[in-house]
Amino acid sequence: MAYATQKLAEEKVFKDPVHRYIHVQDQVIWDLIATKEFQRLRRIRQLGTTYLVFHGAEHSRFSHSLGVYEIVRRMVDDVFANRPEWNKRERLVALCAGLLHDLGHGPFSHAFEHVFDLDHEYFTRVIILGNTEVNEVLRRVSKDFPKKVSEVIEKTYHNKQVVSLISSQIDADRMDYLQRDAYFTGVSYGHFDMERILRVMRPQPDQIVIKSTGMHAIEDYIMSRYQMYWQVYFHPVSRSAEVILRKTLERAKELYHAGYTFKHDIAHFHSFFENDVQLDAYIAMDESIILAYFQFWMSEEDAILSDLSQRFLNRKLFKFVEVDPSKDWEKLIRLEKLFDQAGIDPNYYLVMDSSSDLPYDFYRPGEEGERLPIYLQMPNKELSELSRSSDIVDAISGKRRTDHKLYYPKDLLHEEHPLHEQIIEIMHA
Amino acid sequence: MLQDHAKIVQFVSLAGEVTGRKKLQKMIFIAKKMDFAFQEKYNFHIYGPYSEELTVRMEELCNLGFMTERKEDKGSYVQYCYAPTEKGREFATIVEPQNTRLSEIVQQMNGKSSRFLELVATLLYFDDLQPEEQIEKVNVVKAKLHFTTEEFEAAFQFIQQLQS
Repeated sequence: MAYATQKLAEEKVFKDPVHRYIHVQDQVIWDLIATKEFQRLRRIRQLGTTYLVFHGAEHSRFSHSLGVYEIVRRMVDDVFANRPEWNKRERLVALCAGLLHDLGHGPFSHAFEHVFDLDHEYFTRVIILGNTEVNEVLRRVSKDFPKKVSEVIEKTYHNKQVVSLISSQIDADRMDYLQRDAYFTGVSYGHFDMERILRVMRPQPDQIVIKSTGMHAIEDYIMSRYQMYWQVYFHPVSRSAEVILRKTLERAKELYHAGYTFKHDIAHFHSFFENDVQLDAYIAMDESIILAYFQFWMSEEDAILSDLSQRFLNRKLFKFVEVDPSKDWEKLIRLEKLFDQAGIDPNYYLVMDSSSDLPYDFYRPGEEGERLPIYLQMPNKELSELSRSSDIVDAISGKRRTDHKLYYPKDLLHEEHPLHEQIIEIMHA
Repeated sequence: MLQDHAKIVQFVSLAGEVTGRKKLQKMIFIAKKMDFAFQEKYNFHIYGPYSEELTVRMEELCNLGFMTERKEDKGSYVQYCYAPTEKGREFATIVEPQNTRLSEIVQQMNGKSSRFLELVATLLYFDDLQPEEQIEKVNVVKAKLHFTTEEFEAAFQFIQQLQS
């Protein structure tokens, strides 16, 4: 029997708190899960620093990836199976892309990528196409199969239906992470009727559209996205932890380039500091490594590196004030100078964080050719962009909400400090 | 602080006004590909390279009053035009003025249609491929747009011109 269609002797299941069970029938999927590159995802949290605010948020990219796979499986095996618009030969590539879509995430994804100018989508492709166990499994399907899977994830695959399942305004990725993140953070937002959404999805030649009777289920999903962003993903305290994480890594990098001698060898970071990251070094880097280094760095001679590391590990986070840069940007420049005078390096201890630093795609209809919106399929088979039919979505998508916060270590600005009053006055003006 | 915001205001100032979000998206992507230091991260979307970060940053700049957004009703769709405000131009002075090369490139790009810039940006996205492969790839990912041989030639010529 061809490897591509080979089934396990008996279906395997993973118990999952969100989907109850993850069902695996294909040998290819079972083998991919067993690869070391996929197992590495167990050591990368799905929500980065959020566990420092919502202590339950310890779930990993491993469980999220299984969840995305399961949703895609339900779409292609249960919902689309008998629809003439769906090409059954795309089943395996869709399942593999769903499972592997996050393979290239680094530790604490956004902060890490920001400091080292990396792109997880690029590394996902490199892992799929490079000399890896994942590649070996995919090549057993066919020589060009790794490339196909990679193209789906890169969104350049010829069949846009398949791409839409994994990556669109309403896709398996978002449907899993919203529910999973809500479950593990313990918040009451993030819930929506996924079963209903799956039932009203309709494959079209170039995209997936939603039967108009499913509009209210979609509204719920859009609301969940909106609320999860402001309540969980962009939580100000979690952002504080991310600011510190970023600044710690930046400090280590700066010290490395200044010729500083670290007490502990920084072997894992060499290629990252040199901006020459090869596949092996990337795969070897995960959150357990980062946290181990932070432990070492707490006892470093460099006061900034030591301080930032212990702040992160011991959750001594920066405080924040809301700022309006349109009114305050001149004050911000003065503040930077005052911090400098006070001997507190503003490059590490005075940090502006804006909503664009963690862009999260709210639903926006946008302009023609900007992004593909969600289309409802009306009873006469015509397509209507979601916000034109839904007042709720129209209200959310038409409104912009942005946010700027200034993070600083309040504990370093103790009252006896000669510049304390001036700084506090500017901060709270 | 806010250096990346200021760079975007500076970029739009060089153009005077940019008509269309899609056009602005492609212009910044092309400038990045020409090695200008913009930090906005791009991924490939159904309509080519797209940066969510840039979209949110533009929203922030409009909310802050550094940029104006004008809506133009085109019948079946809406188009957005961007221009910096006086306050925005003043804010943009927090970063070093850009060199004349960027100014030239911005002018050249702004004179082109968004369809053409979409083609240029998509070709540049696949610039690790050979030209024939780039064309093949564009024809796969943008089959509906039916780019002509002349358009491909013009796009390659334009890229060469920008790189020279």
